[in-house]
Amino acid sequence: MALFTKEFDIDPNDPMSYGQASSSLKKTLKQLGLPSDTIKRTAIAMYEAEINTIIHGGGGSGSVVIEDDSILIIFEDQGPGIPDIELAMQEGYSTASSEIREMGFGAGLGLPNIKKNSNNLDIESVPDKGTKVTIRIDL
Amino acid sequence: MSNIHSVILDEDKCMGCTNCIAHCPTEAIRVRHGKASIIEGRCIDCGECIRVCPHHAKRAQSDAISLLEDFDFTIAVPAPTLYGQFKDHYSIDQILTALKSLGFDDVFEAAEAADIVTNELKKSLQKKEEQIPWISSSCPAVIRLIQIRFPGLIDQIVRLESPMEIAARIIKNDIYPDKKNIGVFFISPCPAKITAVKNPLGSKSSSVDGVLAMNEIFIPLHAAAGRLEEVEALSKASSWGVSWARSEGESHSTEWSETVAVDGIDNVLKFFEELENGKIKHVDFIEAMACPGGCVGGALTVENPYISKARIIRKAGMLKEENRGGRLIPNTHAVLGMDAEIQPKQALKLDEDFKAALEKMAMIEDIADSLPGLDCGSCGAPTCRALAEDIVTGTAKKNDCIFVLRDEINHLTENLAELGSWMPPLLSDEENNK
Repeated sequence: MALFTKEFDIDPNDPMSYGQASSSLKKTLKQLGLPSDTIKRTAIAMYEAEINTIIHGGGGSGSVVIEDDSILIIFEDQGPGIPDIELAMQEGYSTASSEIREMGFGAGLGLPNIKKNSNNLDIESVPDKGTKVTIRIDL
Repeated sequence: MSNIHSVILDEDKCMGCTNCIAHCPTEAIRVRHGKASIIEGRCIDCGECIRVCPHHAKRAQSDAISLLEDFDFTIAVPAPTLYGQFKDHYSIDQILTALKSLGFDDVFEAAEAADIVTNELKKSLQKKEEQIPWISSSCPAVIRLIQIRFPGLIDQIVRLESPMEIAARIIKNDIYPDKKNIGVFFISPCPAKITAVKNPLGSKSSSVDGVLAMNEIFIPLHAAAGRLEEVEALSKASSWGVSWARSEGESHSTEWSETVAVDGIDNVLKFFEELENGKIKHVDFIEAMACPGGCVGGALTVENPYISKARIIRKAGMLKEENRGGRLIPNTHAVLGMDAEIQPKQALKLDEDFKAALEKMAMIEDIADSLPGLDCGSCGAPTCRALAEDIVTGTAKKNDCIFVLRDEINHLTENLAELGSWMPPLLSDEENNK
């Protein structure tokens, strides 16, 4: 049962807001008194997904659902999609432009990092339609 | 014992304005009944409220110099920030001699202990991936901030005591092991150091016996420095140790390549946010200082932090780089590491029970959405969200928001007007009853 939900707009045009959704969730988790390790993993996974939605998806929406035993994080965008998910999961593989890399993003560690820090990662992607990333962290 | 603080409120001076609540990094202050009140469990003694209060209603509770009388033998341990309070033509020897003349038997520079810590830092910090980057343990306000707001970073704190504590341990173990009833007094630039002595972190008890506020001894000290007949050679610390008084001093002294220095509590907050998100990469060591410019910006200093910082740079430049690690380290008997765990403090937690906490959180979100979002502070809470939290935890009412109250009054007025124009059927004409 969803005990708590929160939604976020992910605006790609404001670099100052990058990471704001994850920071806000992090504060919530601390107030819920969750163990710091869980908070850390959730924050990292969500931050990476948020940045992916910005740099690859061109923005979109995010939502967080907290249940009795898990946290579900979903990011959706209407971007170009991921043609080869298996390849995208490889550490160091990235399609980010050099411009984005210059800004310190797009090192090809995002998805592997999400996988490492979550209990389940599910990616649905249709080329030219968009991507939906669902992350589950068990409590 | 865990809620002993040094920052206190002078109720007579407090005007009930909202300057302090807006600046508190842990949202620990509320204005209630016209006076500020500190939520003890959240206060980290950073001194930010002392700095911003226009009425000087916040101050730090330090020891009086008369406490020296309780000891047979006394030693002053000045923070190197003290040197920056004096113009360039006052040498460190002169300042230390003047300090000693206030009634101490000896002085030992915290800067010399900083040299020792630097040496230990270089030895003990290993590049273990899970602990990189290390976070300096020297600023107690930063450690308390981590305990409350960033418990996930606790494992990255260097497990070495601060120069103040190490100075006191070395004095008692190595320099004067045979003295009875010896009193070590730290000369502090900030309230956080006072708290670190009264309520230590990382050690069971402090070896420091008293803390004097720099701003409280400055006038007699300055007078004493002006009338010295003889100046003793008391300055022992290296340029590196003295540089710990300002931001970048400590991080540069490690001579690690990938260090970063962050100063000012708001900047530290933002930096730790990003660090927690995994966004900060290629950094081995973080020097984080709660005050602007480092300790020179402490809330108990008298000189402008930037002037003080410039003086520290010049005074340190005249010292030697050698003698790093101090004269005593090879055979010290003092314990330099922390001997107690740093525990997370769940001061922000809504409820012990997870489900109850979730319900409260959902209520907070709802209430926060219905508030104007101006963060004006008129309700006594720092932000609309903080008011929503206070409402849910039962320490505030929704009508504490003047905008909500105004809406209620409008609503009531409309209802009253409507009721006032209502005619009972007995008296009303036909028009009214349609």
